[in-house]
Amino acid sequence: MTDLSHDPAAGLEASRLTGDATESDLASVRKRTSVYVYEVPVRLWHWINAACIMVLVVTGYLIGRPLPSMQIAEATHQFVFGYIRFAHFAAGMILTAGFFGRIYWAFVGNHHARQMFYLPVHRKAWWREVWHEIRWYAFLERTPKKYVGHNPLAQIAMFFFMTVGLTFMIVTGFAMYAEGAMQGGWLDFLFGPLREWIGNSMVLHQIHRLGMWAIVVFMLIHIYAAIREDILSRQSMVSTMISGHRTFKDDRAD
Amino acid sequence: MSQIETFYDVMRKQGITRRSFMKYCSLTAAALGLGPAFVPKIAHAMETLPRTPVIWVHGLECTCCSESFIRSAHPLAGDVVLSMISLDYDDTLMAAAGHQAEAALRDTIERYRGNYILAVEGNPPLNEDGMYCIVGGKPFVEQLREAAEHAKAIISWGACASYGCVQAAHPNPTRAVPVHQVITDKPIIRVPGCPPIAEVMTGVITYMLTFDRLPELDRQGRPAMFYGQRIHDKCYRRPHFDAGQFVESWDDDNARRGYCLYKMGCKGPTTYNACSTIRWNEGVSFPIQSGHGCIGCSEDGFWDQGSFYDRVTDLTQFGVEANADQVGMAAAGAVAGGIALHTAISALRSAQKKVQDRPSTAKEEA
Repeated sequence: MTDLSHDPAAGLEASRLTGDATESDLASVRKRTSVYVYEVPVRLWHWINAACIMVLVVTGYLIGRPLPSMQIAEATHQFVFGYIRFAHFAAGMILTAGFFGRIYWAFVGNHHARQMFYLPVHRKAWWREVWHEIRWYAFLERTPKKYVGHNPLAQIAMFFFMTVGLTFMIVTGFAMYAEGAMQGGWLDFLFGPLREWIGNSMVLHQIHRLGMWAIVVFMLIHIYAAIREDILSRQSMVSTMISGHRTFKDDRAD
Repeated sequence: MSQIETFYDVMRKQGITRRSFMKYCSLTAAALGLGPAFVPKIAHAMETLPRTPVIWVHGLECTCCSESFIRSAHPLAGDVVLSMISLDYDDTLMAAAGHQAEAALRDTIERYRGNYILAVEGNPPLNEDGMYCIVGGKPFVEQLREAAEHAKAIISWGACASYGCVQAAHPNPTRAVPVHQVITDKPIIRVPGCPPIAEVMTGVITYMLTFDRLPELDRQGRPAMFYGQRIHDKCYRRPHFDAGQFVESWDDDNARRGYCLYKMGCKGPTTYNACSTIRWNEGVSFPIQSGHGCIGCSEDGFWDQGSFYDRVTDLTQFGVEANADQVGMAAAGAVAGGIALHTAISALRSAQKKVQDRPSTAKEEA
């Protein structure tokens, strides 16, 4: 193998002939500008989690405020609300299993698989970077920085809405599900004391619903930020969660 | 205690036949979920055991528990259960009044030290040294402490004694507290409801008298046999819930068809009680059967859960006059608006930057 990096004209035949590549493109393409960040299980979890959350938000909203009454068949043969609740419970179970899988992967996966689960609050440098990112979003910084995993603000959002938020939704959700599963079972054994500690199960229902809205707010911010940073930042965003590779748009330092 | 008659003696005295007595025993066994093998046990206990003295005290309350109790439709209950227990002190039911009544209380405590059951209806207010509820010239909380000191066990009747109920609702000006926050060293059985079902009350007492121990309690200290399931779990309108057929407004066609009252704010899915099985007034009906949703009266803090007619209720516990959906939609709306604005500024800034960058790139190329 010859080292091609010294000769800009050599190699990349396909790119040049049929790949619509210009000379400056080739100079850029020759550099390795991507990092493999999100492994397959992380990406799989992301999209399964996203799908589950979509189902959970829609069905959850409808469980609190049901659709107008339907007269399809006799009540015995009609299970509209039952199916809505079933979809909610099923999606909740899948989300929970996925979340446990994700926690497992934080232990066995690569370094980036762990970033969502902690905040390095003890590090001054980290807080400085948080401040930088706040300034970037407030249009006070002209150039963003390069990040391989989450930027510090994103890390905060992930930690509070996913790590803490999903845990909260799973726990309160199962505490309510345990009511339907009735006393005496293992679900009641695990989650019954929480319901009793909260007191009235209506409180549980209301805080679970507030949690839903928090996740809706997170969804809005998350999707906006991902698309915005895909355009304005110095690295790839949306495609990274599909291919796993973070590609960089320039080779400048910070 | 030999001078006290047995339950059976009292029943026979009241002209109740042995046949009716046996019927009563089997019905009680069934109500307690004990099965036929326990019928002779109950009968035997009633024939041989002396009546257990009961002191029934009243704190801050509306007497609805007593009203419910004396309407127990269980065969013989109206006559018998009241006679069964040797109700030595109950200020709303006893003939004695004033000093005589207070003497009866002291006398009962002295005579049956450690053997009587203390039934508490209502709860003690603690603010201003308990001056918001005075019984016999003393704060009720003192009477409660005195009566509880030598009690074998305590029954907390109703939502007041069990959780606090309306007088303990936010902001609870008298600082009314449930019994278990004042008496901490006695076994307490909670029989919540506003009021509790009559048959549940007599059932609990019968169990305690017959077996001389508390029935099986759940984690909240309620008798599991009556509070083990939600209204919702045994509701006869449940098929309409699963079908998605709801009453949309009072007196609409769906209401006449007897559809589910969930959309009208029914608290059946969050309320543990036996209304949908035992029902009220000789099993005639219960709120949902009468076309009104459950208000969740046997749950902790049911007055503070916003409207009785919403499922997504006002978040009074946060001091915000809005429900989760209003708060959530406002937040989501604000964030969406913020995002739109942020997008616009981002686009402008980005365009501006390109314009500024252009001359320099042109220079480099040149």
